Amino acid sequence: MTNSALAFPVSGADSLRRHPLVARYAPVATIVLALIAIWYVATVLMNLALVRDGFEREETPYTVSDLIEGTMSAERPLLPAPHQVVAAFTDSVFGYPPTAPRSLVYHSAVTLSATLLGFALGALLGVALALMIVHSRVLERSLLPWIICSQMVPILALAPIFIVVLGAIGLHGLLPKSIISAYLCFFPITIGMVKGFTAPDPMQLDLMRTWSATPRQVSSKLRWPSAVPYLFASLKVAISISLIGAIVAELPTGAEAGIGARLLAGSYYGQTVQIWSALLASAVLASGLIALVGLSERIVGRQMGTRP
Amino acid sequence: MALQMPNSLKPETPDVTLRRDDRGPFLTPVGRVRMSNAADAKPQPASMPQRLAVDVRNVSLTFETSDGKVDALSNVSLEVAEGEFVSFIGPSGCGKTTMLRVVADLQQPTSGTLLVNGVSAEQARLERGYGYVFQAPALFPWRTIENNIKLPLEVMGFSDSEQRERAARYLALVNLTGFERKFPWQLSGGMQQRVSIARALSFDPALLLMDEPFGALDEIVRDHLNEQLLQLWDKTGKTVLFVTHSIPEAVFLSTRIVVMSPRPGRIIDIIDCDFPRDRSLETRETPEFLKIAQRVRTGLRAGHSYDE
Repeated sequence: MTNSALAFPVSGADSLRRHPLVARYAPVATIVLALIAIWYVATVLMNLALVRDGFEREETPYTVSDLIEGTMSAERPLLPAPHQVVAAFTDSVFGYPPTAPRSLVYHSAVTLSATLLGFALGALLGVALALMIVHSRVLERSLLPWIICSQMVPILALAPIFIVVLGAIGLHGLLPKSIISAYLCFFPITIGMVKGFTAPDPMQLDLMRTWSATPRQVSSKLRWPSAVPYLFASLKVAISISLIGAIVAELPTGAEAGIGARLLAGSYYGQTVQIWSALLASAVLASGLIALVGLSERIVGRQMGTRP
Repeated sequence: MALQMPNSLKPETPDVTLRRDDRGPFLTPVGRVRMSNAADAKPQPASMPQRLAVDVRNVSLTFETSDGKVDALSNVSLEVAEGEFVSFIGPSGCGKTTMLRVVADLQQPTSGTLLVNGVSAEQARLERGYGYVFQAPALFPWRTIENNIKLPLEVMGFSDSEQRERAARYLALVNLTGFERKFPWQLSGGMQQRVSIARALSFDPALLLMDEPFGALDEIVRDHLNEQLLQLWDKTGKTVLFVTHSIPEAVFLSTRIVVMSPRPGRIIDIIDCDFPRDRSLETRETPEFLKIAQRVRTGLRAGHSYDE
């Protein structure tokens, strides 16, 4: 009894350290805590001059603790404190009905719809281009340089042109944004799928030939399944890029809704807290989308007998 | 030159006819169902016991490489009667794999004529007249063992019930019943190679081409598979062309051994391996066996195969 009681604290700390949850999340949590700490220090340093000027302008006496408190609660700080961002985020997510123009849910939904449509278009375009490149040397030589060039032009320069041209032919709202998003995200899919479609082992291709399989059968029974891991790898990259594309597309259009519109409005009026909470919303959205792709990858992987 | 004379038609190859009588009762489980191809549907007259499975005449194949021309095969002639087990042995670069690939129409000869199952190599391939086993199992990792065996059957358009029935039958033939739902990575190398043999047999081709099928396996597994292959051959009565690096393997399995030599790839000796067919691993210690092995070794030495 005494022995086990004595032994408890040691083994307790030890088992806590070895607990799977601790083992899994401790490294991540440590990094997050460190980043938050750095953020708070940066908040104090960056907003210090601003707050001190404020006190001096109003000619009120202040202490150091007043100053520090002020840096954390300024209305338009250079850098808002984490808790301000979180408060603004939860307020704009849960504080309004989801359809209200001040609700971040509403703006996120607008951006999300453009992202998903753009992602779908980009995935189709990316796979189609990859198929063309794999099946024809001529197309490879004629298409690939243009595909690579397309990604060298900054999208911020192209986006307004897209919007104007598409607006001139009567396309407004969702579609132009999706096209810009698709323009950005097809690239990793094309590159990944070209790699994927050419992934089959020469022996596997020879086998299909000994069975005199048709090109269609080679494609459906060998090339497509071999490309699946490459497809998911490129989809993960593409979905976050297509979110960026949708947000960027909202900037030059003066869109009245969407995460991009919130960012733009925030910077017009110096509402840094609003900018940061919109950024947080896009981060949450991106992680959700990537997690979704990851989940479908796991489900498909289980079907295809991927080694756990 | 004299050594390249076909000798399969000589009267002193009694093992072929003898074995035909022998294998009668064993033929039923595998041999009965033929493919639905037009060429296969023709009844094969029993009065033609010496129909040639493979007839190679003066075949040469030259590769154009960046270092110049390579004579992979130089004026090779060989006749293989139905039901024979012919091994090709020789050092790397002697053209034995090329020989098999030419028969399989995976490569086209530069000159010479070639008949497989009485038709051109291409026609034989289109008629699915042979099964090919590579050095590596080359299973499709996203398919279960059962579905791997079904793959050629799917390609060839067998009915679902036929596919299921054949997969079960050929898995039983290679002693892998119970592994249907496993994925390839869950099986050992030897088991995977047995699956690939079952896959090559699944559509019941008259000819089996095996390119060092056991080359990557350890000697214990290899001995075991050699015994199994011999039993399999007795049961199915296939014609087998078998490429190997191993003298004991060649002598143990074959009715005839073709010794090849590199630069240019050519046949330097054809050795009849005519001791009784009821061979077991102990047969390897008998004087007849060692005598033939010695002759193979002498042939390899005459071809300067040991000069590297």
